[in-house]
Amino acid sequence: MAEQPKNFGFGEDEVMLRDSARKFLSDHCSSDTLHRMVASDFNLDRPNDCVWDQGLWQQIVDLGWTAVCVPEGAGGIGMPAVAAIALAEEVGRTAFPSPLIATLSATFVLNACDSAAATAALTEIAGGKATALALTNAEGEWDSAATDVRVNADGRLDGLAAFVQDARKCAQFIVSARSDAGVGLYLVSAAADGLTLTPDSVIDLTRDQARLTFKQVDAIELAAPGTGSAAIDAALPGLLSLVAADMVGAGEWLLQTTVEYAKTRVQFDRPLGFFQAVKHPLVNVMLQIDNAKSLTYHAACAIDHEPAEALRLARMAKSEASDMAVFSSSRAVQFHGGIGFTWECYVHLFFKRQMHNQVLYGDAKYQRALLADLIIGKAA
Amino acid sequence: MSESERKDSPEQAQFRSQCQAWLSNNHPGKPPVTIPQGALELSDPDAMQWLQQWQKAAYDAGMIGCDYPVEVGGGGKEGHQGIANQEMQRAKTPYLPNIIGMGMAAPTIFFHAQDDVKAELLPKLLSGEHIWCQGFSEPGAGSDLANQQTFAEKDGDNWVINGHKVWTSLAHFADWMILLCRTDKSDKYNGLSYFVVPIKSALGKGVKVQPLIKMTGQTGFNEVLFENLVIPDRYRLDAVGAGWKVAMTTLAHERGAGPLVTPASGGMATEGETGVSVSSVGSLIDLARSHQRLGKTAADDPVLRDEIIKLMIRRESIQQNNRRSAVAELTDHPMRIPLQSKLVSTEFNQDLAEVAYRVEGAASTLNRNDPNAPAGGQWPLAYMNSFGVTIAAGANEVQRNILGERVLGLPKSK
Repeated sequence: MAEQPKNFGFGEDEVMLRDSARKFLSDHCSSDTLHRMVASDFNLDRPNDCVWDQGLWQQIVDLGWTAVCVPEGAGGIGMPAVAAIALAEEVGRTAFPSPLIATLSATFVLNACDSAAATAALTEIAGGKATALALTNAEGEWDSAATDVRVNADGRLDGLAAFVQDARKCAQFIVSARSDAGVGLYLVSAAADGLTLTPDSVIDLTRDQARLTFKQVDAIELAAPGTGSAAIDAALPGLLSLVAADMVGAGEWLLQTTVEYAKTRVQFDRPLGFFQAVKHPLVNVMLQIDNAKSLTYHAACAIDHEPAEALRLARMAKSEASDMAVFSSSRAVQFHGGIGFTWECYVHLFFKRQMHNQVLYGDAKYQRALLADLIIGKAA
Repeated sequence: MSESERKDSPEQAQFRSQCQAWLSNNHPGKPPVTIPQGALELSDPDAMQWLQQWQKAAYDAGMIGCDYPVEVGGGGKEGHQGIANQEMQRAKTPYLPNIIGMGMAAPTIFFHAQDDVKAELLPKLLSGEHIWCQGFSEPGAGSDLANQQTFAEKDGDNWVINGHKVWTSLAHFADWMILLCRTDKSDKYNGLSYFVVPIKSALGKGVKVQPLIKMTGQTGFNEVLFENLVIPDRYRLDAVGAGWKVAMTTLAHERGAGPLVTPASGGMATEGETGVSVSSVGSLIDLARSHQRLGKTAADDPVLRDEIIKLMIRRESIQQNNRRSAVAELTDHPMRIPLQSKLVSTEFNQDLAEVAYRVEGAASTLNRNDPNAPAGGQWPLAYMNSFGVTIAAGANEVQRNILGERVLGLPKSK
């Protein structure tokens, strides 16, 4: 039997945090503002910009959003995981370019490390130090044991980490690296000698991504060799839930924006939404958003209340949210018609964010294959 | 202790243990006759009678109608029905046969009938002594429910009813019917009125009930013909011309979106005691393990594994949506999730049964009376029967219109 609170852990404080985040982001990151900021240049060969509002980020730090899931003992607020998930949903709703999701993800990983260095890093995050995860190899494998970075006998790192989210907005990285004793986790400053950051040119205009190469880079050990994979796995429900929540928020923006368009755009003497060929798929988008949202809250709540169930529930949430991300964005472009296919329409900003998010940590079928192993048992 | 138990008030906790104590001593045991998968498929009078005895026993034990006032035969409590339902389900009891009565007629009567009619009708409805049916659909009024042609004409203190109702589940057992019909031909919506009609006592005297056979070969629903049936005016619910508004109370409860919790038991295996629950993904997984496909079990087939897990995620979604729906801060529109409930649950059951019968492969071709039919032929049967509910109570296409219009605010599709 579930031992979760009925309200998914959304108490007064969590609801207040969510409402204030919603207001703050809608005040400061309207789709209009966002489009002007990240989509001023449509040239395919444009430089790999990393456009974001650093002044706004400082305000977010001052509001304490980076501290929500940092334990009180490390100088944070110590709220439950749903607080971070609520923030991610609001970030998704505005496709807000910032290192917040990266930093909240780093928080979950650090919370799963048991070291003084990890506690110190959490304190820095609470103080606003943007931090990204560098856990993925060049093949883009999501397995916590897959890394192309090695830790040498002198404790320095060599190798490569790929697909690092919001890397250029972050001041430090949590890197998984292998030694003969197994995978460990390490903290590396973005300014470290021997670290080269090569920006990826990404389709999603609302974030940046990069490849890191390490040559004899100084690092602080967060989780000892042999314990890194377990720490990542323990944080995984949080990482999956954050991305799922981002997709839920973006999905709701896509739905409401398309609904408004379907109410006003007239063809054949009727608003588009009169036609069931438009109305029914929009309802299906809503059904899928609600599924993804409830599953995401359930998973996030499990992190604090039913940790043994959290990974299963988070994979369910990520699966449903990924399918929803594809469907909500495809219907939004399609129902906006010709204008929806243009650069000037805002829909593509969210379409591309959904494309990006749905593959992070594995797409829907990837999650279901792992769930099948978990629930039905490994296939013969 | 479960989450629901931890939420119990002291009074509710006491009630819960009363239910548990009674159920542990009074489970009716194995039925002497075959019980179909659902009450709407009941055709054998012996099965109906056995289930009515169960409902009466559960009613007498205080587990049915707990949230209705004492004056109308209820328990006079608040927030107790959900507890009784949980405990009856947990005890794997038979289902209650008077489901249209409790789920649709009772709340409608309670909110719209005059007091003496409530006191007259509700006790025997809740006890299951009187079976109820619903007279809404007509040959020309399916999804377009307001297109009612059955006509009630005022004659002094009486009404004279003529017309034709179809798809009337349980009419062959029913003592009473809730009837939506026309009293004014000049106004489509405001020309409707709502009545409660004694039909069993009028069989052959203005009422004729004829069975309709479903695509499964099962009976269970009927057509009902009215020819100059006379009923007193006191059996009218609410004002003349207010029938559409009253019908909305019925439909809200039918869709699980009304204020009163419908009494419900269940959980006992049906049809030949196969132990198969056709609404459980767990049963599907067991089935997949016991059937071969491409040289492995079906549970090892990657495509089927994906389909099974997808269903499992949908099932979990339904539960978590219901949970979220009760938290006002986590829902943007109060009806957004309640109005989805009928749509998503009926499509889930349909898709579950569809995957399951395909898992059976060649053996899924066997009818339920074939000795080699796997799981007693339950899955193909459940698949066919699932269309009853994706069509009934407002076809799911109509449900999507309702959601699109009332929740998303899209223009009416007519």
